Amino acid sequence: MDLAFTKEEMAFREEVREFFKNNVPPETRRKLVEGRHLSKDEMVTWWRILNKKGWGVSHWPKEYGGTGWTSVQHYIFNEELQSYPAPAPLAFGVSMVGPVIYTFGNEEQKKKYLPRIANVDDWWCQGFSEPGSGSDLASLKTKAERKGDKWIINGQKTWTTLAQHADMIFCLCRTDPSAKKQTGISFIVFSMKSKGVTVRPIQTIDGGVEVNEVFFDDVEVPYENLIGEENKGWDYAKFLLGNERTGIARVGMSKERIRRIKDLASKVESNGRPVIEDPGFREKLAACEIELKALELTQLRVVADENKHGKGKPNPASSVLKIKGSEIQQTTTELLMEVIGPLAAPFDVHGEDGSNEAMEWTAQIAPTYFNYRKVSIYGGSNEIQRNIIAKAVLGL
Amino acid sequence: MDFDLSEEQRLLKESVDGLLTDSYDFDARKKYMKEKGGWSKAMWGKLAEQGLLGLPFAEADGGFGAGGVETMIVMEALGKALVLEPYLATVVIGGGFLRHGGSDAQKAAYVPAIIDGSKTFAFAQVEKNSRYDLHDVTTTAKKKGNGWVIDGEKFVVLNGENADVLIVTARTKGERRDKTGVGVFLVPANAKGITKKSYPTQDGLHAADITFTGVEVGADAVIGNPDDSLALIERVVDDARTALCAEAVGLMDESLKTTVEYLKTRKQFGVAIGTFQSLQHRASDMFVAVEQARSMSMFATMAADSDDAKERARSIAAAKVQIGKSLKFVGQQSIQLHGGIGMTMEAKIGHYFKRLTMIENTFGDTDYHLRRVTEAGGLM
Ligand SMILES: Cc1cc2nc3c(=O)[nH]c(=O)nc-3n(C[C@H](O)[C@H](O)[C@H](O)COP(=O)(O)OP(=O)(O)OC[C@H]3O[C@@H](n4cnc5c(N)ncnc54)[C@H](O)[C@@H]3O)c2cc1C
Repeated sequence: MDLAFTKEEMAFREEVREFFKNNVPPETRRKLVEGRHLSKDEMVTWWRILNKKGWGVSHWPKEYGGTGWTSVQHYIFNEELQSYPAPAPLAFGVSMVGPVIYTFGNEEQKKKYLPRIANVDDWWCQGFSEPGSGSDLASLKTKAERKGDKWIINGQKTWTTLAQHADMIFCLCRTDPSAKKQTGISFIVFSMKSKGVTVRPIQTIDGGVEVNEVFFDDVEVPYENLIGEENKGWDYAKFLLGNERTGIARVGMSKERIRRIKDLASKVESNGRPVIEDPGFREKLAACEIELKALELTQLRVVADENKHGKGKPNPASSVLKIKGSEIQQTTTELLMEVIGPLAAPFDVHGEDGSNEAMEWTAQIAPTYFNYRKVSIYGGSNEIQRNIIAKAVLGL
Repeated sequence: MDFDLSEEQRLLKESVDGLLTDSYDFDARKKYMKEKGGWSKAMWGKLAEQGLLGLPFAEADGGFGAGGVETMIVMEALGKALVLEPYLATVVIGGGFLRHGGSDAQKAAYVPAIIDGSKTFAFAQVEKNSRYDLHDVTTTAKKKGNGWVIDGEKFVVLNGENADVLIVTARTKGERRDKTGVGVFLVPANAKGITKKSYPTQDGLHAADITFTGVEVGADAVIGNPDDSLALIERVVDDARTALCAEAVGLMDESLKTTVEYLKTRKQFGVAIGTFQSLQHRASDMFVAVEQARSMSMFATMAADSDDAKERARSIAAAKVQIGKSLKFVGQQSIQLHGGIGMTMEAKIGHYFKRLTMIENTFGDTDYHLRRVTEAGGLM
């Protein structure tokens, strides 16, 4: 047992860190630190910089543009990226549909889609959830009917993250209504510009618009946009959801948040002294750091195991990482709320009467707290993750 | 020992609940929010018509002479309906300063206008670095002739945009954190030298940052002793904390009710999600949290009328701690159990969560009050 990184791994960390320092646009970084939303342009600009460096789709197989890094290197890369912080690659393209295409797609599909995913020439969104099908995803109703060399798609998706930016959607559609739940589903990709696609934004409680409803009304899609085999979509969906293992813990991001908490807590006063000198607050912060350290090591155990034995099947450990990772992210947003106290209240300080410099640095703290309630809901809610541990690990 | 409401209190509860059921559903609230200053003048008029704005004032001053229980009843109802109108700022705080510290002339000048709904108030107390300490005041009031000149900056003044009258804490003597030397001043909101930056708050209310530059007021603007009014401020803020506890109980009641209804109607895996035992237990824990909060809201209400300042302060601090813990759990779990829907502006549950969250950060958060109770040697 040895918990230290090798010399090579440490040198790699330096290289990555140096690259971020020299290449992430400062304004992009500042917005991330303050919890502000990035524009589409800002994100795409950065992803193209990353892709030019050859790190845009780092975990893909080399033949499709990946780096061939070890699991430990991927881990280091992600941690540095999150903690710098720089925007993570667009998960819907890079981590979700990309791997499905290179694993189950045909040659033509690989040629057509993969390079455009890597360079974010297409912005992808994920059309899984429906109003009646959230945790019980397999009950989805959106229908794709075959008509000659076309699919005719009807139905509705919801919670579709950043669909307002999207060029392409990957969609789970029911293609065999007579089959039992999981078996009649296909994985179909198509353009968001297709006739019959309507996007309606949903405003979230933090005031932002990051999710949407997406309606399909007789959308015509070429038959060849089916990925893999007809009615096998559920298998691909499971593959896709199980793929995301270690990134989900977002350890690097929480480390960055803790730095920000310390920074603000040394500026804001309580009892006439900086908040950071308050013993009660320090204990809470330390407790959070301990939880995060434990999570980091748990994650490293998964990474080390992958390094030795390869990726293999989706691992129930990802449920541990999801539960703890999301809880810690939420705790950091709560601590930030505590730091700023009554100054959390102003919303939209750039509102009606123009800007309010004095408050600007606090403006996103309450919205971030509200917004981060989502992390225990999406990606398989924390209740569903506990069900998985109970069944798959504990055999209950 | 008797936790029951009197016949009169029961009638009050029925009438305020009835009024809000009729005129304050979630859609009506959205409309009121769009009016200038973020609340409805017409609605305020209805509250006045029902006598709710006059409840705590002495009969001699034109009020009903009601006590803390009546305020608790009203605040709970306002919480349940997520009411925007400035009852706390005007009746509880503005009215509180007049009741506990106002001269007869001040009462005569302002109380009737509160009762008939023609004037609203705002409390300009929080400063950039004061956090929750009421004595931490850098805004100054300097003597000029018979009157005073006020200079300084106040933040997050609730109802600061619409208020006709500001109640301002300002230092007349001493250093920033001295416990003596703080006075309370009644200042017309349109006085020369006042500038405001108004904005909506996270929970859909409205507040303003207010700057006072050489604002001149007369000798009659002072409430109580200009050199030593901390005790008065603490008393009124304790009333406000107590009122917030009751509002939070109303908010939590409604959050739990809404969530339980959702658990019964939302179906996944072919069944109502309320059939999953893990969610049943979560909802049960929410219920426990609400009941603990309700008990402490009553405790605070009983303590608020006490003249023993120490006993009053630590009892109300204790209540705010329990309310803070309960509201965090109930608020967060209400969202969690709603799933994606809970994250949207369209569903009302998120708005309850946000108001609850802001109550936690008003007049002292859980840690702040826990420290006060600890420093007072606990409760038992
Ligand atoms: C901000 C955000 C972004 C999202 N982005 C996307 C996206 O881009 N694409 C996409 O397809 N989807 C997306 N989602 C949808 C997300 O995956 C779903 O919200 C999630 O699957 C939960 O489904 P639901 O909202 O319908 O809640 P429900 O499934 O109705 O759950 C409600 C509550 O019941 C609990 N519950 C359900 N079943 C059980 C059970 N068996 N045992 C115990 N408890 C249970 C849940 O944990 C939850 O607390 C997003 C969601 C959010 C909030």
